[in-house]
Amino acid sequence: MSEPTDLTIAEARDLLAAGELSSRELTEAQIGAMEAGRGLNAYITETPEIALDMAEASDRRRSGGEAGKLEGIPVAIKDLFCTRGVPTTAGSRILDGFVPFYESTVTANMFAEGAVMLGKTNLDEFAMGSANLTSYYGAAINPWRARGDDRERVPGGSSGGSASAVAGRMALGATGTDTGGSIRQPAAFCGVVGLKPTYGRCSRWGVVAFASSLDQAGPMARSVRDAAIMLGAMAGHDPRDSTSADMPVPDFEEDIDAGVKGMRIGIPREYRVDGVPGEIEALWRRGVRWLEEQGAAAVEIGLPHTKYALPAYYVVAPAEASSNLARYDGVKYGLRVESDDLTAMYEQTRAQGFGAEVKRRVLIGAYVLSAGYYDAYYLKAQKVRARIADDFREAWRTVDAILTPATPSAAFRADDPPADPVAMYLNDIFTVPVNLAGLPGLSVPAGLTHDGLPLGLQVVGKAFDEATVLRVGRAIEAAAGFDARPAGR
Amino acid sequence: MSLDEATVARIARLARIATTDEERERLAGELSGILDWVEQLGDVDTESVEPMTGAIEMPLKSREDTVTDGGVAEDIARNAPRYAQGFLVVPKTVE
Amino acid sequence: MAATIEGATGVWEYAIGLEVHAQIVSNAKLFSGASTAFGAEPNANVSPIDAGMPGMLPVINMACIEQAVKTGLAIDGAVNAHSVFDRKNYFYPDLPQGYQISQYKQPVVSGGHLEIELEDGGTRRIGVERLHVEQDAGKSLHDRDPSSSHVDLNRSGVGLMEIVSHPDLRSPEEAATYVRKLRTILRYAGTCDGNMQEGSLRVDVNVSVRRPGGALGVRCEIKNLNSIRFLRRAIEVEASRQVGVLEAGGEIEQETRLFDVGRNVTRPMRGKEEAHDYRYFPDPDLPPLRLDRAWIDRIAASMPELPDARRARFMRDYGLSAYDAGVLVAEKENADFYEAAAEGRDKKLAANWVISELFGQLNKAGRTVDESPVGAAALGELIDLVADGAISGRIAKDVFAWMFETGKGAAAIVEEKGLRQVTDAGAIGAEIDGVMEREAAKVAEYRAGKHKLFGFFVGQVMRASGGKANPKAVNDILRAKLGG
Ligand SMILES: [Mg+2]
Ligand SMILES: [Zn+2]
Repeated sequence: MSEPTDLTIAEARDLLAAGELSSRELTEAQIGAMEAGRGLNAYITETPEIALDMAEASDRRRSGGEAGKLEGIPVAIKDLFCTRGVPTTAGSRILDGFVPFYESTVTANMFAEGAVMLGKTNLDEFAMGSANLTSYYGAAINPWRARGDDRERVPGGSSGGSASAVAGRMALGATGTDTGGSIRQPAAFCGVVGLKPTYGRCSRWGVVAFASSLDQAGPMARSVRDAAIMLGAMAGHDPRDSTSADMPVPDFEEDIDAGVKGMRIGIPREYRVDGVPGEIEALWRRGVRWLEEQGAAAVEIGLPHTKYALPAYYVVAPAEASSNLARYDGVKYGLRVESDDLTAMYEQTRAQGFGAEVKRRVLIGAYVLSAGYYDAYYLKAQKVRARIADDFREAWRTVDAILTPATPSAAFRADDPPADPVAMYLNDIFTVPVNLAGLPGLSVPAGLTHDGLPLGLQVVGKAFDEATVLRVGRAIEAAAGFDARPAGR
Repeated sequence: MSLDEATVARIARLARIATTDEERERLAGELSGILDWVEQLGDVDTESVEPMTGAIEMPLKSREDTVTDGGVAEDIARNAPRYAQGFLVVPKTVE
Repeated sequence: MAATIEGATGVWEYAIGLEVHAQIVSNAKLFSGASTAFGAEPNANVSPIDAGMPGMLPVINMACIEQAVKTGLAIDGAVNAHSVFDRKNYFYPDLPQGYQISQYKQPVVSGGHLEIELEDGGTRRIGVERLHVEQDAGKSLHDRDPSSSHVDLNRSGVGLMEIVSHPDLRSPEEAATYVRKLRTILRYAGTCDGNMQEGSLRVDVNVSVRRPGGALGVRCEIKNLNSIRFLRRAIEVEASRQVGVLEAGGEIEQETRLFDVGRNVTRPMRGKEEAHDYRYFPDPDLPPLRLDRAWIDRIAASMPELPDARRARFMRDYGLSAYDAGVLVAEKENADFYEAAAEGRDKKLAANWVISELFGQLNKAGRTVDESPVGAAALGELIDLVADGAISGRIAKDVFAWMFETGKGAAAIVEEKGLRQVTDAGAIGAEIDGVMEREAAKVAEYRAGKHKLFGFFVGQVMRASGGKANPKAVNDILRAKLGG
């Protein structure tokens, strides 16, 4: 048996089922790894006592003949999910001291399936960022290093702590949330699998909102199968979320090895973007070849409004965020900067409670919704969004799934991030259109750069067709044989 | 589209975020940069396009008209920065 | 009726529009499962949704929408099959989410109207622009501490209907009549209890003045008037302020003002330098509200009888005057009481009893019909005693007063006090004989042709019988005996 912390969820599940490993043993090993890996700052809050209690309860259930889909599996929870009795920060100072008295639907679903919570992972403040550099609790670090360059790399964002924890063997899997790429981009940067499900597949209830029409929770894991197992436990209709889909949750694992023979895979020509390194283009071509070798047909398609996705996103997401973040006002919970004057209390609380990126987006959002600008910005962006969704709808007439690169670069250095906001925003160029259209997208590690940093490919599917996305992802995973491991801790 | 410091001040006020002169100067530049970049949306023909407000078309859910929640005053009190005699307490706000 | 304002430079006319916030009758709140009950301990009826806790999401209570649709149908509005919930963004401590979920561009009901009855007996149709559904805010209390305000979120998230009229109202009195009429309709429809003291019905008023027949002037909104009396006063005071400004050559600035009851003036709301910019946009947490035609039709088919229809029926079927019918239908409970008391009896007689005796006593006692010590069945019994000739109408009024005081039944009081009317011809004849004996001179005058003395004899006989003699029998026997 390999180190317990190296196991995939599927492997651990089999060992637990066979009685060769207890959840307590697995959890203890994982707690040890979590402590040893503190240098990566992947966790904001560690919950080892809770983890051990949950592990013991899981072992008892198993000996009683009960076992859920994630029975006894230690996982990490992005600190955007409200967890009852455990501080939930959203990576922001403004939620200082906030302890939810309710459990998010997704975490409740996972715990009901036997999952064990190790702690709450680091993230960009309010999930706004692509490098995990905006967290009030300090940057999370990518366990990967470039060959011959020991300087720290960003794990991507916003689910950077989750990606770092999973890649760094500090959890078997983790939850993420993805508003514009926040699961897929850090997964690609950290060499793990990340799945953003169809909008509505996982409940948003109890997840701190960033942009309500785009936010979606999903799994991050070390294999496509593990992502499928986790999604099965996380997903499901929730009557408490008006936007949660009342759809049956299929067994995502069932047909995962069924292959891609006879499938038509769309290759969007608009995803060939100037300035993207040649090795990313090459990896993409290799991905196409892998699928063709397994019997799929590659079809060039057009998604003509792709280049407008990012600017549309940077109107819609900040607009919704400016409203969603209005509740952080020092009155009900979290930080309050006292003053005799109400307006001063509000303004100081929010000035000191929010970081620079959050303020930037709240201000952009307030501006594009303000009188006289609504039509030109917000309404226009929502119309462009409709056109982007139409592009995909058109594509589904001819293809079953779409293959693209996951990111336009590998993980960049933490001490040398893109200089201006727009350059940083370009990180999500390949992932954002998928959120705007509400579709499922999967990032699979598929290769390394010339200097040994992981790169991912993205598979996009039809709404609620995660099963096909996972099948295609599994085919790439099998062909890529990605088995490189991060060096750093 | 260039956004000046007075406009930054106005929206910062709307958003209840205190800003210093320095911040307003920096923000005016940054926000203008973002808005200039966003301008390209104007190139898209959206004549007779319905704006998209939700990611996926779905029917509206509803709840029953029964009392199923409440009774969390203590939990609210525990999280509140200032709470007294059963109320949230804020600086005087009288009109 | 339309009123005018005499300015120094001539006559001005009122143009008044009302925005009425009516709390929806429901068990649970508009988007959460917390109770709407009034008068609970502070923050007891609050769910994490109503407190704006992180990650909380709204799910609509369709019973509230059904109530809004009922109300819309009651005012002849068009129910929209597609409407949208928007967020109205602003900061206030009793607004925990930092926005109010409301409806902006696409309300659930568009258009509509209601008829108001004027003092001269005519009616006027007042247009309704829209009815939309929105959340209430919490309550801020300012008198508990000199330096801080206290916030209670019990009302936060309670469903409201905002009903916006056209600026069709022409006098403070018409505005008052409109509110009363709307309140009556809401109570008939069962969609709002209309209790202004508890804040179930709140009125914002838009006031402008203009030269007769001229274009509408700039309006000011006066917020949160919680009684009809204050509404009327606020309109008067604001209109004369505007006339003053205009006649001095000034201009009216469109703004929101508050009515200072103590000083009897309106003043601008504080912080007006801060132009409101609510940044409305469709709430991404809520898909559009789509209503099924068949569902709307079912609600339409199950609508209760509304006040105008009931009034018309009272006039048509019961022969009541417009005035009496109007008085009876103004409160649903009153009309219900009347119909129960009138069931199987003379409708007009019953109406007189309810309006003059019952309402008179209730008014004096400061009670509503629901608190009446005399129930509909008891009043019916009394009316029957009069109709059967068991007691006279005169005695019945005394009996009613005792009933009201003691809560006892009519028959019991009549028996206990021996008030049953005397119809026995022998007994009445004996009383008449006695009177004719005492008043022999007058008898002679009568017989000599002074027939208008007849009434005098009736009065004497009635007095002698202690009011109990049956007046018809007295008439008949007296006429026979005098005529002899
Ligand atoms: Mg209003
Ligand atoms: Zn309103």
